[in-house]
Amino acid sequence: MPVIVAELYRSLGITDAEYAKIVELLGRPPSETELGMFSVQWSEHCSYKCSRPVLAYFRRYREAVEGEGLENAGVVEIGDGLGVVMKVESHNHPSAVEPYQGAATGVGGIIRDILTMGARPIAALDSLRFGPIRDGEAAPEVVARNRYLFGRVVEGIGGYGNCVGVPTVGGEVSFHPRYSGNPLVNAMCVGLLRLDQVTTAGAAGVGNPVLYLGSATGKDGIHGASFASEVLGEDSDAKRPNVQIGDPFAEKALIEATLEALATGAVQSIQDMGAAGLTCSTTEMAAKGGVGMMIDLDLVPMREEGMTAYELMLSESQERMLCVAYRGREQEVVDVFRKWDLHAVEIGQVTESGLVIRRHGQVVVDAPAEAFTEGCPVRDLRGEEPEYHRRAREFRLDGIPETDLGEGLLTLLAAPSLASKGWVTEQYDQQVQTQTTLLPGDGDAAVLAPRGTGRGLAVAIDGNGRWVYLDPYAGGLLAVAEAARNVACTGARPRAATDGLNFGDPNQPHVFWQFERSVRGIADACEALGVPVVSGNVSFYNESELGEVLPTPMVGVMGVLEDAGQRLSSRWAEGMEVGLLWVPLETGPQQGLGASSYLAECHGIEDGVPLAPDLAGEAELFESLARLAEQGTIGAAHDVSEGGLAFALAEMAVGSGVGAELDVPASAPLGSRADAQAFGEVPGLVVVAYPKGHGPRVEGGVVGRVRFAPMGRVGGDRLEVVFPNGRLSVAVHNLAQAYREAIPAAMQPTREQEGA
Amino acid sequence: MRVAVLRFPGSNCDQDALHALQDDLGLKVGYVWHTETSLAGYDGVFVPGGFSYGDYLRCGAMAARAPVMDEVRRFAAEGRPVIGACNGFQILCEAGLLPGALVANEGQKFVCRDVWLEAVDRTSRWTRGVERPIRLPIAHGEGRYVCEPEDLARVEGEGRVAFRYVGGPDGGPGNPNGSMDDIAGVLNPAGNVLGLMPHPERATKAILGGTDGRLVLAGFQMALVS
Repeated sequence: MPVIVAELYRSLGITDAEYAKIVELLGRPPSETELGMFSVQWSEHCSYKCSRPVLAYFRRYREAVEGEGLENAGVVEIGDGLGVVMKVESHNHPSAVEPYQGAATGVGGIIRDILTMGARPIAALDSLRFGPIRDGEAAPEVVARNRYLFGRVVEGIGGYGNCVGVPTVGGEVSFHPRYSGNPLVNAMCVGLLRLDQVTTAGAAGVGNPVLYLGSATGKDGIHGASFASEVLGEDSDAKRPNVQIGDPFAEKALIEATLEALATGAVQSIQDMGAAGLTCSTTEMAAKGGVGMMIDLDLVPMREEGMTAYELMLSESQERMLCVAYRGREQEVVDVFRKWDLHAVEIGQVTESGLVIRRHGQVVVDAPAEAFTEGCPVRDLRGEEPEYHRRAREFRLDGIPETDLGEGLLTLLAAPSLASKGWVTEQYDQQVQTQTTLLPGDGDAAVLAPRGTGRGLAVAIDGNGRWVYLDPYAGGLLAVAEAARNVACTGARPRAATDGLNFGDPNQPHVFWQFERSVRGIADACEALGVPVVSGNVSFYNESELGEVLPTPMVGVMGVLEDAGQRLSSRWAEGMEVGLLWVPLETGPQQGLGASSYLAECHGIEDGVPLAPDLAGEAELFESLARLAEQGTIGAAHDVSEGGLAFALAEMAVGSGVGAELDVPASAPLGSRADAQAFGEVPGLVVVAYPKGHGPRVEGGVVGRVRFAPMGRVGGDRLEVVFPNGRLSVAVHNLAQAYREAIPAAMQPTREQEGA
Repeated sequence: MRVAVLRFPGSNCDQDALHALQDDLGLKVGYVWHTETSLAGYDGVFVPGGFSYGDYLRCGAMAARAPVMDEVRRFAAEGRPVIGACNGFQILCEAGLLPGALVANEGQKFVCRDVWLEAVDRTSRWTRGVERPIRLPIAHGEGRYVCEPEDLARVEGEGRVAFRYVGGPDGGPGNPNGSMDDIAGVLNPAGNVLGLMPHPERATKAILGGTDGRLVLAGFQMALVS
């Protein structure tokens, strides 16, 4: 056994204190394979050693950690004996160095996370962040790189998702200089299962066979989890071999084979081989079940000969699962996987205790499974409020000229972050499985109408790094309120949330402070809105030589419509009337323009703080929308978000191709400046459209403190809006052109360069 | 009428096809695995979309050589209804049951959206019920229909262009992928075999945004009267 020197374990990201703890847990120095396994299981990606104390703000997480474990806490009952599971996973670092495969395997990984719970993956969403893609917004080579990353990530998501047969039904993309060196690629998957089919990952039954399922193991992706837990640097391109290669065809077969095998009843427990493959699946299944495992690595299907125990245990080859079958019934599982041309091989069995792993007859690992999964010491990190945050509260609008409202609106529509994402969504199969009833772009959230129930599932994912950067707590509240409001605008009642938390290096006090404050905001909002966080993902160290990313938590929310047929789109139609729903709110001295897209895009200013939502009022707003949808009172709803009321109205006009003549009520919470009234980002505002004459019914249908005022009617080819202190009038055709052509125009040079 | 929905590893519209035909058109439907050598008990075939065998070779090339395809050829020759949508169209071309091939879209990108189609020749079982322009979804990266000039002349001359892409009533774009002559679907000489890139099985109920797919799939039921 080689002597483990400090240089070796430090190069694997293990600190001196952690190494001492490993020696203490084992009662001896670790073998090289054990050390490699500890390095991945104790990485932030797997152990949450930096984030655990903060994640305890999430009630379900806290209760699950204290109670029987996380897996079953993630199932949300929706009626008809059905449950929904959902989760977000980041694949930021792999996508930074190898965008196509990084994004593709991110999709594949999150699909297996859902599959492993016994659910059929029914929808995927993606939340993406890149540096600027327009000329002049960064150095030419940086812009070119951003375009390349954006284009290839989208192709990777499509390439994998389209083939694997899970519709990509939504998501969001935005651009900011702070993502230039380190794009964010978060994939979310939603699965549907029968409640009596929920699986467990806890191994049980001494003597039961441990089966390796799926593709063979190669040398790809070794140390991927550790790679995800360090800062990107100049040598990151050299890490391309750390990036896994995806095979969506194998994954499609794996989905069908796994669901078929689970249906036989021969599977006792199952887990996907995610980060660190065999390491996480063996240690976590044994630890969860409170048992041991004996594994013979010689039996593992391999893509090449002569792989070492270290390589086999740390490979992140994709499209693999590990399961425990009931002794005597393992052949049923094997037969199913053979039919799908996939490996299904017994590589060991469940034992009383201890994880014992052999290679070429030699014991290479002999340790309690819990040492890997629970032994990792929690790091006690401290946060500190940064100076910029104190200043942002004092920001004032004095001296900022008011942009012409029409020009300002066109500028916002043409900003890639706010512009139409049709260029992206058209590259994704949004309809496979034929359950998508509201498509991306047609509504504020995607709505699925799963077979086997008349209910509808609305899903959305949202996050705004600028808001969180300038006020992490309010930003956290807003991320939840926004995603939930998007879901509510389809008529669904928000039911549960998941999150992807993307931050810089948590050892930096200001980063840890951003993390802690925004998670507190997310947790408080979820509690107030009654949408428990059922799963989540933490991604730290998102920084490069170009700096750290904006603190970017992304929140996915799922809601339920009692009748999928009652879903609301965000498109009005000729002849409808238009009104505004709102929750009364003080807009304060920054008038809703703090941290706004308007200040950033029209004035180049990123300062001030976003308005925090009134959560009790938001809950009443959501209930109002659900009732109005159920009663058939309204025909469309669209929330006011980035870009303000004017932007929301423009999107409704562009989506339907019809203009409107509207008067904005002076009683709405919209500030006193004309630009604040048009572009202020005030939470709790929803534009609704309804058949002529339904105004009184809308007014009578809202609950609590929610207010309603009619604004006018749909018709004509211009959007004409009179605000209390200003007006705008722009042809719908011009709005559509700015909105739809922004991203294709920015991406055009890439194609020409490639063609040249 | 009992319809076989073929399943290849990598098919991903097989379940959609089964449910559309069974739940929305009321047909009897069963899955048939690619290794089967008999279609006994079935009267028609649906070759579904997806990425058969990963489409790592040419699209549909591997599936066209699967054991079950001998039976599909027999069905085609016997005049029974055979329809292939998307990857199913690619498979039928690779199997030699339809002329031409599907290559990468002109825009070099996967395209998922609705298109409008016009039935060109209305004498086949698949086009007889399509009296007006219909709206169907497409979702493909390799859907540009190409064939040799003499094949194209024959297909056009014999009235075997089943569907052409046309501009929508809202003036939207027509041909989404650069297909020759805006061809979206072609027939075999007898008219019982149809291949098309759009997905009729994705448009069989209102909650999915349209029901025009039923007009095409009703071709299975035409067999009862013809």
